[in-house]
Amino acid sequence: MSFLAIKNLSIGLKKGPPLLRRVSLEVSSGEERGRVWESGAGKSMIGKAVLGILPPSVEVTGGEIWLDGTDLLRLPLAERRRRIGALAALIPQDPLTALNPSHRIGPQITDRLVDILGWRRADAEARARDLLTEVQIAEPERVMRAYPHELSGGMRQRILIASAFAAEPKLIVADEPTTALDVTVQKQILKLISQMQARHGTALLFVTHDLGVVSKVCQRLSVLYAGMVVEDSTVGDFFAAPRHPYSAALLAATPKYTDPQAGLNPVPDSVIAAVRAEVAAFDRSAAHG
Amino acid sequence: MADAETLDGRSQVRRRAGLRLWLSAAWLGTLCILALFAPWIAPKDPLAQDLFLGRMPPAWVAGAEPGYWLGTDSLGRDVLSRIIHGARVALSVALIAGAITCVIGATLGLLAGFLRGWVDLLISRLIDIWMAFPPVLFSILLIAVLGPGLWSIILAIVVIDWTRFARVVRAEAMAQGAMDYVASARVAGRGRIGTMLREILPNVLPTVTVLLTLEMGIAVIVEAILSFVNLSISTDAPTWGGMIAEGRASIHQAWWVLVFPLGTLFLTVLSFSQLGEGLKDRFDPVLR
Repeated sequence: MSFLAIKNLSIGLKKGPPLLRRVSLEVSSGEERGRVWESGAGKSMIGKAVLGILPPSVEVTGGEIWLDGTDLLRLPLAERRRRIGALAALIPQDPLTALNPSHRIGPQITDRLVDILGWRRADAEARARDLLTEVQIAEPERVMRAYPHELSGGMRQRILIASAFAAEPKLIVADEPTTALDVTVQKQILKLISQMQARHGTALLFVTHDLGVVSKVCQRLSVLYAGMVVEDSTVGDFFAAPRHPYSAALLAATPKYTDPQAGLNPVPDSVIAAVRAEVAAFDRSAAHG
Repeated sequence: MADAETLDGRSQVRRRAGLRLWLSAAWLGTLCILALFAPWIAPKDPLAQDLFLGRMPPAWVAGAEPGYWLGTDSLGRDVLSRIIHGARVALSVALIAGAITCVIGATLGLLAGFLRGWVDLLISRLIDIWMAFPPVLFSILLIAVLGPGLWSIILAIVVIDWTRFARVVRAEAMAQGAMDYVASARVAGRGRIGTMLREILPNVLPTVTVLLTLEMGIAVIVEAILSFVNLSISTDAPTWGGMIAEGRASIHQAWWVLVFPLGTLFLTVLSFSQLGEGLKDRFDPVLR
């Protein structure tokens, strides 16, 4: 069985409309995977559901989340937290808000190892130094004594990557880790995430709306529309021949920088209407079933 | 490593403690020393009356009585000594009432803002109800029920002003709670209370510091107001508010009886608020 297996996961606003409609996907150890879907459709909800950090207004309405052979949703809350903490980590979206502005960098990496996993402080500090070197930060000693506001955005994202790998998690959820960065830094960070992932053999759930990023980092991808998986395939197959009309339209809509004369190709209304009808049919069948 | 990232100039930025921090700290420090050692520093007994020396002007005005630097009031009591002794009440109230208000208000605000849910609902409704009471009348009522005295004043200030802390800290805790670093801490397995104390609390402390110093200034004013309406600790202990009330009656004959305690009160309240701002500028690790 895959390391992470999400089966028929449904998530919705409390007493409100569904955000995810029976989503299934699997990530095996060491495999990279992408998620693509439109902004505003609750893009990060899968990752948040896996890590148990859904906002209070949102609840899981059905399905299973299997992490390393256990269904997280069946575990008592404390046990679920402990398992997630031991097995998974998050690379957050915005490096500017993802480090605590009141603490120095060193303790932000080491305190969790010491307080929660019971490491010795000296070991944790050595580990943090090694990881900062591994994410190509010069002078790790000085950086560990710095406050977040003293560092550049790219540097902070490197620190967050190092921090995510600190406890050797088996799964990392990267929630649009490059959206807040400019393009040159973006490229370095993507390369870094790929390298770290390969070196540590971690499974990666990569959430993004950027097909270019998917093509760089991922091996498989799922395309979602309105919280429903419309396509699940390998990256190679997807870019060669997308199966679902919505995926095809999405791919065609990506601007081509090589031909400035070509206009923008938005997803045609007919395709949107077709997908919406599909979603509506799904909701009807779910209501009757 | 060719593409390793290095620290840039940001870490070299050093902020200097501003002038306002030094000035306000100096004034409040002086006041603290005066209050602590009042019996030894004050030139005269603040309660000693001398009806032959009533309304003597300050030392630099013609007709002044030697030894009475800031003049005397209508009962011939030394204004300077009364101000020095009045600082004891003013500062006790400021420090004790400010600290208790701060701890109670900030704790409730932190719990409401971070835990949300029914805790937030309960505390927020309590704040709403509380703030509907008119503060000055409420405090006069409280003193009337409790009877005058230092602890009654402190209790009145705490009871009325905790909402000020609770509201602001709640909003701040909510804003911090939505940050990604809180999510990371939760994923790593930190409990709710642990996250609140370690991740949220340090980030609301700068705000709490500013509020605390403001609150100390407010406490000084409230104590003065209550003394002004004769509801202070007791009639024979000198207070700034009481002096202002007495000075008001003789403003045309002896301006100094009103002006000196009023000026002291003004500078003290100003210093408290500037101290908070100055401390925040100096020690908040986030450049704003």
